[in-house]
Amino acid sequence: MSRPLRLVVFAAGAGGTAALFLLAVLDMPPFGSRFHPYRNHSVPAALAHATANVVSSVNFDQRGMDTLAEESILFASVVVVATLLRKTDDEEWRKERRGRVLDSTLLMGWILLPYTLLLGFDVVAHGHLTPGGGFQGGVVLGTGIHLLYVAGRYDMLRRVRPIRPFEWGEAIGTGAFACLGVAGVLATGAFLANVVPHGTFGTLLSAGTVPILNGAVGVEVASGVVVLVSAFLDQAIGLETAPAGGGKGGRAGNGRDAEGGGNR
Amino acid sequence: MTVVIAVMLALVAVVGTVIVFTDDPGRQAVTLSLFGLCLGVLFLALGAPDVSLSQITVGAAVVPLIVLLTIRKTRSMR
Repeated sequence: MSRPLRLVVFAAGAGGTAALFLLAVLDMPPFGSRFHPYRNHSVPAALAHATANVVSSVNFDQRGMDTLAEESILFASVVVVATLLRKTDDEEWRKERRGRVLDSTLLMGWILLPYTLLLGFDVVAHGHLTPGGGFQGGVVLGTGIHLLYVAGRYDMLRRVRPIRPFEWGEAIGTGAFACLGVAGVLATGAFLANVVPHGTFGTLLSAGTVPILNGAVGVEVASGVVVLVSAFLDQAIGLETAPAGGGKGGRAGNGRDAEGGGNR
Repeated sequence: MTVVIAVMLALVAVVGTVIVFTDDPGRQAVTLSLFGLCLGVLFLALGAPDVSLSQITVGAAVVPLIVLLTIRKTRSMR
């Protein structure tokens, strides 16, 4: 595509988007007004299912289907990244290089590691009561584990964090969400229906399926983030392209020799 | 609260512009992280703590980390 033509296409797209966006903004209810049709419907619906955090009720109960789609998008993205960044035959694990970690970094890492993991579990477990939930807590857990890398060494992280369970966790989390949806169909005829007893409002055992779905999403997202970050870490730090004539290491044909295979 | 919202909106606009005018992608990852943090505080001020948490974890931590790792890899391949 020539440069002038590209500019014309861009101008048409940008102009159209700007015009439609402006129209939409002009027709919005004023900022901070009392007009909230969605709140008027979602808050009573959340209270009816004993869910204190209305946002979680919308995400996992009223619009659980949308969340399943989002989780599937995340799942697919992680699978694609893990596939694209996998170790190929012409790549080798780098020899271990001992760097130096500042004492202050080390101390902060070891203090923050248990704290971050605890916070992650807390955010997942109380998703139906307080702000947060499976996604937020899952990301905290998935990134928190990598404090091991910040406060330690890359090869140590690879040893204490085998990737296989996290690959399983990602699949099981996503699958559990879908299975709970099917359970709703079997029990009431509606996908992702809140079939579990709702419990007492504001307690840990409340909101029916919401905390269970939060747990499934927590497992999936935490595992997904670990798989994702480890794929990037391996590429950036662990792997190097073998010298010319690569693949003569005799491992040709062993296509996916990703994690664990490099523990030589 | 209106003052906090106004300040955060202005900060988001400023930091967003700073990202665009940061030339080096490595430095851009740092400003991007700061931008994610500002957005997170803005969402909190607007009464959306759930979104704020997602924004801070993903926008201020995971995305800049992946950007930095990608830059490191592409530089080592040159």
